[in-house]
Amino acid sequence: MKAKVHVTLKNGVLDPQGKAVEHALGTLGFAGVGEVRIGKYIELELTDEAEKTKENIENMCKQLLANTVIENFDVEIVE
Amino acid sequence: MSEITMDVVKEHGLSEDEWKLCLEIMGREPNLNELGIFSVMWSEHCSYKSSKKWLKTLPTEAPWVICGPGENAGIIDIGDNQAIIFKMESHNHPSYIEPYQGAATGVGGILRDVFTMGARPICNLNALRFGEVDHEKTRHLVSGVVSGISGYGNCVGVPTVAGECEFHKSYNGNNLVNAMAVGLADSDKIFYSAAAGVGNPVVYFGSKTGRDGIHGATMASAEFTEDSEEKRPTVQVGDPFTEKLLIEATLELMETGSIVAIQDMGAAGLTSSSFEMASKGGVGVELELDQVPMREEGMTPYELMLSESQERMLVILKPGMEDIAKAVMDKWDLEFAVIGKLTDTGNMVLKWHGEVVGDLPIDPLALASPEYDRPWVKTERPAEVVANEVESNIGRIDALKTLIAHPNFASKRWIWEQYDHMVMNDTVGRPGGDSAVIRVHETNKGIAVTSDCTPRYCYQDPHEGGKQIVAETYRNITAVGAQPLAVTDNLNFGNPERPEIMGQIVGCIEGIGEACRALDYPIVSGNVSLYNETNGQGILPTPTLGAVGLIKDIDKCATVAFKEEGKAVVVLGETKGWLGASRYLEIICGREEGAPPMVDLAAELKTGNFVRAEILGGVDTCHDISDGGIAVAVAEMAMAGNIGCSIDIPANVDQAYAWLFGEDQGRYIVTVDADKADAFVIKAGEAGVTANIIGKTGGTEVVLGGEAVAVAELKNLHENWMPTYMAAGE
Amino acid sequence: MKAAVIVFPGSNCDRDMMVGIEHSLGRKPEMVWHKETELPDVDFIAIPGGFSYGDYLRCGAMSAHSPIMQEVIKKANEGVRVLGVCNGFQILTEAGLLPGVLMRNAKLKFICKDAHLKVENAQTDFTANYTQGQAIRIPVAHHDGNYFAADDVLKGLEDNNQVAFRYCDEAGNVTEEANINGSRNNIAGVFNENKNVLGMMPHPERLCDPQLGGTDGKPLFDALVEALS
Repeated sequence: MKAKVHVTLKNGVLDPQGKAVEHALGTLGFAGVGEVRIGKYIELELTDEAEKTKENIENMCKQLLANTVIENFDVEIVE
Repeated sequence: MSEITMDVVKEHGLSEDEWKLCLEIMGREPNLNELGIFSVMWSEHCSYKSSKKWLKTLPTEAPWVICGPGENAGIIDIGDNQAIIFKMESHNHPSYIEPYQGAATGVGGILRDVFTMGARPICNLNALRFGEVDHEKTRHLVSGVVSGISGYGNCVGVPTVAGECEFHKSYNGNNLVNAMAVGLADSDKIFYSAAAGVGNPVVYFGSKTGRDGIHGATMASAEFTEDSEEKRPTVQVGDPFTEKLLIEATLELMETGSIVAIQDMGAAGLTSSSFEMASKGGVGVELELDQVPMREEGMTPYELMLSESQERMLVILKPGMEDIAKAVMDKWDLEFAVIGKLTDTGNMVLKWHGEVVGDLPIDPLALASPEYDRPWVKTERPAEVVANEVESNIGRIDALKTLIAHPNFASKRWIWEQYDHMVMNDTVGRPGGDSAVIRVHETNKGIAVTSDCTPRYCYQDPHEGGKQIVAETYRNITAVGAQPLAVTDNLNFGNPERPEIMGQIVGCIEGIGEACRALDYPIVSGNVSLYNETNGQGILPTPTLGAVGLIKDIDKCATVAFKEEGKAVVVLGETKGWLGASRYLEIICGREEGAPPMVDLAAELKTGNFVRAEILGGVDTCHDISDGGIAVAVAEMAMAGNIGCSIDIPANVDQAYAWLFGEDQGRYIVTVDADKADAFVIKAGEAGVTANIIGKTGGTEVVLGGEAVAVAELKNLHENWMPTYMAAGE
Repeated sequence: MKAAVIVFPGSNCDRDMMVGIEHSLGRKPEMVWHKETELPDVDFIAIPGGFSYGDYLRCGAMSAHSPIMQEVIKKANEGVRVLGVCNGFQILTEAGLLPGVLMRNAKLKFICKDAHLKVENAQTDFTANYTQGQAIRIPVAHHDGNYFAADDVLKGLEDNNQVAFRYCDEAGNVTEEANINGSRNNIAGVFNENKNVLGMMPHPERLCDPQLGGTDGKPLFDALVEALS
């Protein structure tokens, strides 16, 4: 079993990295790109004995994987 | 129906009296935009309302001071048409909530204060204070704050060269992050913030405005409570890459001759920058807020005025220079917008798509800025600690080993090796010495920089503690061979509405003022951070000082490291064995108490002058004696040079530990050639300076009155604490 | 020698590089802004350290696509000497002029300190003023200096004497302890196949001046000046 976690910046929080990439894509001649926002993707392999509820993963996100002051997270559990 | 209820007023941090005054000035009920502006302009952070009365008593002038407090930063003359621009500022509350971004934006903000005035930043310093090392949050905060400073400072390419890091339980819920920036400018090319020229365009450049940190400035003036961790405002995120572009673009814009006045948008963003510029210049200003470059959809005038988005500047241009300025910003890919003009109305008028959404009189608001004479009680100086009543069951070598490995003495290499302290290729004296030494680019001059504070002395006796900090910076600057020139103060205290805290503020400021006057060493810039307390527990009074000194010839500097065997070790200044409020009493005896040492300012001056003259004359090894006394000082010198020493305790000393670890003020250790040591002592005496030969350098051990410890062992203890501590949290 | 230093948005060792070159050359190199599409007539190009484009996305990735880099690649292929230091090294790998990549330091932290380097190939225009096997002291200041290349690439580098410098101790021993950032084979700097392009994480330009505590970086620039005049 696997959990896929996406960590993204909250709306309204400045994303310097996204801004620089957006600019560079423009310089390279790629048209039609609006705002770029960069996040993290984290894969967790879950063993059977772990209590693999979504709530447990959410606690991992809150305590470690995401900085909830500025980041949101999204958890997807796949078999 | 009114949109302003008393709850809204309270949320904006205005007292009832302040609200009445606000109504009086406006002659009507303000709208929300206007209330927001009152709120930030009258916040503690912007108005210094609790401390102003006392700050005014500080000496701010000297022939070499070009600009004292009141501008973005202080400016001193270092000759050859060159000026040093510097300031220290706190980012305490934001760093507690989000340590990485809080510390990073602290560095960004203080850098802008310096380059706004026309200086290229040449170094950064930081003074950090955290809670007890075994408190659950401390490691996380240390790690985040250091990464934040490193991430921002390294990227902008300004070396971070000096600082302090101390731990104490009083900072458990209120860590302190004080950042200092130092810049170099041509004395005849300094830029100020007073707006002038009715009709001149008001121009915005830098990053776009988002909803970052709305109400950050009012937050910085409110005490923390348990649930404030929940009430986090949108945290500002720093973009050091944009800051680097902003530095280059601003300095380039200054070269074009198009600027009338310039100010960065710091705390309270567009409000305080535009308001202060207009207020200083005695003009009115009209802003078209819909012209402000915005990062998000649906932003309101209120948000635009109060946003604390980083990396933004406001400038008044000479008429017709817009295109020239825009070309510079285009080169650096920064936002540029004309957002208003200066007027002769004396009012600040805010427009939103042509409609007036705010109209405030500037002068009345500025003049009515509250100033409080808050009640205070003097901190009584505690009883002195008599050395022979101090019980100590631990030998001098074990005591030394304990101290040198203690969190508050241990090497902070773990921190400063994460800071690029060499970029710009002018770092002559790297971190770890008494002061860092930075060469003035393309000259043989140098400046020495340090930051200091001894909160435990200030807690026991604010007045004497205030004096001591000034003296400590003076000594650190002197010990490398530099002439101390001026000071920036960053005053961190608890809640000023409590009389005992207000007493600490008053005492420290008076002490600082007295010492600065005696040493001809003015305060040229500063910042106040109050309400550093959680659930009624205030921090130790922590008025951090940053200081700058000038070295005329950097080939004539001293460092702390022992350099040769067989040199005589000489103590300058008088040693009586003062244990009150000392580290020895605190760490070895477990007693955080007693009257702190007295500071004799006349002696400081005499000894300082003598030390500088001797360094100019060839003394290359010097260290001031501070925490941990003679024993710790010689151990530090031995560790830095990998050369041991043998120290003899004078026969007439009753308590060896008091002589070794006492913290009497006004002292330095130097080394001189053994055969010239007696002559040196006589020469010192003639200059009115007490000098005593206490031993000689050599060997691989530090020997204190016959008891020895290997330098290598001390070094291990000294270097290992911090990496081990931080690794335990990984 | 006619030298140019490329300046990217976010470069911050451009002035240091200029001064470093000037110490050996006796005059200032030309500073070339990244938006330029043509290079002046030069026989030495330096790509300085810093945080071009903030090091966002991947260090050096966005700069490698700057207009001027097309010119640098062209010149490098014509045999012009190119030196990339720190972020410059990262840019050269992203631009494909040098093999391998620079990953985050093994201990994940930025490191600023003096490092010791063993000179592995003293037969090039960059290193001729060092002796083979000499241990030199050069500062590092980076977050992403952990050199990685696949086994076959690494073997090619070793076989073709393309390793310029390795992290070592003060005495010149290449040890695990001396490997400050976790680089494969302790690699601190590499050449391209023709040895006209050198990338290195340590900053030779930072120790060319006795007032700054050492001059071990200066022979590198001296050697270039001698080779190219």
